[in-house]
Amino acid sequence: MSANLKRSNQPIFWLLFGAGGMLSALLGPMLVFITGIAIPLGLIFSPETMSYSHMHAFAHHWIGAGFIWVIVSLFLWHAGHRIFHSLHDVGIHAGTLARIICYGIPLLATVLAARSLIPSLI
Amino acid sequence: MRAVAPNRRRPYVRSMVGWWRKNPYFVEYMIHEGSAFFVAAYALILMVGLLRLTQGEAAWNGWLTALRSPLSIAGHLILLVAMLYHAWTWFTIMPITLPPIFVAGKRLSATAITAGGLAATLLTSVLLLLLVWRLGT
Amino acid sequence: MSEIEKIIPIEVLRYRPEQDTEPVLQTFQVPFTDDMSVLQGLQYIKDYLDGSLSFRWSCRMAICGSCGMMVNGIPSLSCKTFLRDYYPVGLRIEALAHFPIERDLVIVMDDFIEKLESIKPYIIPKKPRTLIEGEYLQTPTERDAYEQFSSCINCMLCYAACPQYGLNSKFIGPGIMALLHRYNIDSRDGGKAQRMEMVNAEDGVFDCTAVGYCSKVCPKHVDPGNAVNLNKMESAKDYFLRFVMPKGTGK
Ligand code: SF4
Ligand code: FES
Repeated sequence: MSANLKRSNQPIFWLLFGAGGMLSALLGPMLVFITGIAIPLGLIFSPETMSYSHMHAFAHHWIGAGFIWVIVSLFLWHAGHRIFHSLHDVGIHAGTLARIICYGIPLLATVLAARSLIPSLI
Repeated sequence: MRAVAPNRRRPYVRSMVGWWRKNPYFVEYMIHEGSAFFVAAYALILMVGLLRLTQGEAAWNGWLTALRSPLSIAGHLILLVAMLYHAWTWFTIMPITLPPIFVAGKRLSATAITAGGLAATLLTSVLLLLLVWRLGT
Repeated sequence: MSEIEKIIPIEVLRYRPEQDTEPVLQTFQVPFTDDMSVLQGLQYIKDYLDGSLSFRWSCRMAICGSCGMMVNGIPSLSCKTFLRDYYPVGLRIEALAHFPIERDLVIVMDDFIEKLESIKPYIIPKKPRTLIEGEYLQTPTERDAYEQFSSCINCMLCYAACPQYGLNSKFIGPGIMALLHRYNIDSRDGGKAQRMEMVNAEDGVFDCTAVGYCSKVCPKHVDPGNAVNLNKMESAKDYFLRFVMPKGTGK
């Protein structure tokens, strides 16, 4: 054991991982069912539910915009952190490249989603 | 002078190659870690949807049409199974991540915590379904 | 009473550094009775079949923590595991996983001992008391808070169960975290800030991916995985609160 007591920056990523994991456990299955199965197949919901005007209005409301932003970014932060550690598990050592991909994509998506949503709010 | 005995110590370090195949517990661990790929895939699908939405009605409708393809439906069925498995395993691990919870002086069991989490998923799912259903009408 | 003597094959992973370049399996046919532990099976081998077999043990009653080994790939105390449960197929015994093998079933545990020392596994009083001031008092509730974590017998089964430790032995690991936590939450202790340095470090708690197998194999129900994961939250608090509370986020 070396006395490497350098403070880890993982708390940030771990908190995002945990929040995204909890959110996807609570809402993930139903969201997939609604957007990927029920709506496309015309089940349960009115055909208007995800129409352009509806979704446009949804994304223009701060609650709707916040919901979309939180779901997209936290799901990705969750997945990125988990995949980063899984790469280490299978012996691909968590180098800079792995870090850039696993945390870069969530970061990019967070910024991109915010950029798409914020103009619709102002 | 006393002769020094040769050092015969030669600690053997075993390889970790393929460690996750050696125990069913680890196999399950790797599978539930793998659920992350599906969570990511779904988030990316939504991300594309969001970008299409900002590009106007035609783009958005294109995204909706793509979601109606048999391939997409099949893919979402797989995503649904993966999401459910993620939820299940997330709450199975939860007991080791939570501080002890006492109810009426007794410590809440691991099974109770897992059951509580799954019940929460059921509740939020029903609420989400009702909410979307109401918003749609 | 006259039982027909049963014989069970025991496969043992041998490693004799003076003759073996790598560990090799050797099978012994061991007569046993239903009350015999795996440890007693090994003792039979040593006494009657091959005196060169090396393994550690002491108490034979699951309290000293020295007889840990892999039994059919599962980290187990050999004195608490019984031969009858493997009859007639037999069983395979290997040295505890993730540790270097010194010889046969004996592992090198220097790393564990160093880590144990590094976390200061003793009460560091908040304010030293003189003899006249009397002992450090504690209520039964305060004691209950850490009791579970104080049951650790340093058997290292949880390390043999932890793939993260196997992949990176710098990781502080489950058992040591259980002990660290035991002292941190002791109402008489004031050493938390010192110990948090270890928790927060790059090879502290965040190497853990919540596999959870450590808590499954622990023979004393310590739940070391819980100690690790509770300290992720503690560490996260410490990470952000240090900007708010500049010095010594002891609590
Ligand atoms: S926490 Fe349990 S398994 Fe780990 S060393 Fe202590 S007693 Fe053994
Ligand atoms: S011999 Fe002491 S724990 Fe097994």
